[in-house]
Amino acid sequence: MNEHTPKNRLLKSPTGVSGLDEVTGGGLPQGRTTLICGDAGCGKTLLGMEFLVRGAIEFGEPGVFMAFEETARELAVNVASLGFDLDELVARKQLVIDYVHIERSEIEETGEYDLNGLFIRLGHAIDTIGAKRVVLDTVEALFTGLPNPTILRAELRRLFRWLKDKGVTAIVTGERGEVTLTREGLEEYVSDCVIVLEHRVREQVSSRLLRVVKYRGSTHGTNEYPFLIDESGISVLPITSIRLQHDVLSTRISTGVPRLDSMFGGAGYYVGSSCLISGSAGTGKSSFAAHFADAACQRGERILYFAFEESPGQIIRNMRAIGVDLARHVEQGLLQFRANRPSYYGLEMHLATMHKAINAFEPQAVILDPINSFVVGNNSVEVKSMLMRLIDFLKSKQITTLLTSLTAGGEDLERTDTAISSLIDTWLLLVDIESSGERNRGLYILKSRGMAHSNQIREFLITDRGIELSDVYIGPAGVLTGSARMAQEAQEQAERTARFREIERLRLGLEHKRKAMEAQIATLQAEFATQEAEALAIIEEEEALKTQEVLDQSAMAANRQADH
Amino acid sequence: MFAKSVRPDEDEARSEGATSDVWTLRLYVAGQTPKSIMAFANLKNICEEHLAGRYKIEIIDLLENPQLASGDQILAIPTLVRKLPEPVRKIIGDLSNTERVLVGLDLRSQEQGGDLNGR
Repeated sequence: MNEHTPKNRLLKSPTGVSGLDEVTGGGLPQGRTTLICGDAGCGKTLLGMEFLVRGAIEFGEPGVFMAFEETARELAVNVASLGFDLDELVARKQLVIDYVHIERSEIEETGEYDLNGLFIRLGHAIDTIGAKRVVLDTVEALFTGLPNPTILRAELRRLFRWLKDKGVTAIVTGERGEVTLTREGLEEYVSDCVIVLEHRVREQVSSRLLRVVKYRGSTHGTNEYPFLIDESGISVLPITSIRLQHDVLSTRISTGVPRLDSMFGGAGYYVGSSCLISGSAGTGKSSFAAHFADAACQRGERILYFAFEESPGQIIRNMRAIGVDLARHVEQGLLQFRANRPSYYGLEMHLATMHKAINAFEPQAVILDPINSFVVGNNSVEVKSMLMRLIDFLKSKQITTLLTSLTAGGEDLERTDTAISSLIDTWLLLVDIESSGERNRGLYILKSRGMAHSNQIREFLITDRGIELSDVYIGPAGVLTGSARMAQEAQEQAERTARFREIERLRLGLEHKRKAMEAQIATLQAEFATQEAEALAIIEEEEALKTQEVLDQSAMAANRQADH
Repeated sequence: MFAKSVRPDEDEARSEGATSDVWTLRLYVAGQTPKSIMAFANLKNICEEHLAGRYKIEIIDLLENPQLASGDQILAIPTLVRKLPEPVRKIIGDLSNTERVLVGLDLRSQEQGGDLNGR
């Protein structure tokens, strides 16, 4: 027979525990027994209970919980905080909780015995409600409660076989042993599926991890997956399974600073890309983040803001001081803050909570401010892996990610603590420009995948109306900033004024000259007129004289009786 | 040790004398297995020897009444439960180790006490 025919394929019972079904490729092996082992307090009982509760509610499979350690009442109270109403399920005959109490001091062993009593109890419980799922928590309690381990071992082996014959999908929990997976070596009997839960503390923070050690007849994720226990039960995060295959968008989203948008080819960041704003202390990273959030909220988009250093109140106050009102967006429900100390819990837990918050809020963009606070000691590799998984997850959901990162003074600016540059699509670097005795803020785009972007170093000012990018002034020593820029501006202004005055003066001088010239012309004309008049008078006189002379000569000739 | 052919599911009860003195013993079995039969036989012998006339044995077959298993927190079969006198004590196994049955039922000290009183 071909092993790949669906008929022969191992059937699986979905657990309904978010993420676990992805890790196990569909659930626990149906009709078989799964061993869940781990130290005290790592969530074994809860995982078992959630398997039953979800089985009953979501998959219509009733379940039996055989508790060796807690009473039905205690269990009901313990899981009520996770939103499970056991009493109701019991009343609806979808769940049976059988508390098995063994008091070693009351029991005397007087010869051969078997565990038929347990079998009958379990069988009875299964038959009453037609259970498909069974949890035995923690069956190892039998070893402390009953004498003669040899008999117990044989009986347990029989129990697991019996469970298989019954066709129920079972979970058996066991305490972690020193050498073996469980204290009593239960893994020898349960050979189909073994899941190990761990509660690890590192750098004083704890993280819960789940690993599928063995899954006979099925592929499964082999990594340690972080998981989370909160008000909605367990969630496992199989984030590392995501490959680089997310769809990309070519739409853009504004940076919130208009002149910065123009540096990014006039349109801002790509939707669904990962953007990093890095810079040393006080360069205005959060302010850029706030501008981005403000602009997005004004467009009616939802923003999830993870703050790791400041409280939401503090951020809102600080941003109000630079003219960005985030409070109204919070009131409208467009902006949500999640403030946690990075050391509050482990990286995996952070990842898990962020994951959950993102799934719940479904934002268009996520802000992480700042990411470097995760780095404690030398865990930067883990931080990188966490951020990679987070960014992958966000990209797969086409959520724009804005990260801020603090660069320590004196360090290479184009290096981040977390060495995540390869994960970043757009990197905006904020720098302190020190010159002529002052520090000024500058920014430049270190990289921006897939778009033409400005190569200029721009100075920006944080004013009470927000971030403003200044004009570019390039002096002999490079970009001029701060007072140098202002001096340059003033100088240019002065030069402009001087030139204007010069022209004015020229114009006036010309006017004067023209007037002088016109006056001169008038004088000359007047002079000429006088001379002309005089000359005419003389000429007239002369003419008159001449006529007189002719008359006189004729008269004289006539008088002398000349014959000319 | 000897094995008597007794039907364990037969309800054997003998009560004589003052009721306060009567021992109520309950033997849980699951069908007529050799272990159950052995346990009942052993129990009868011990009772006849040490508690003659002031004991009562109930036999509960869990195959017939599985719902009764949780009441006395029965896991192992056979289990003998001393309901009265209190406190409740449990003895598991086929009761072949008489010495341990007597310790388990607290009959050892009872006997000694009785002897002392009798003197």
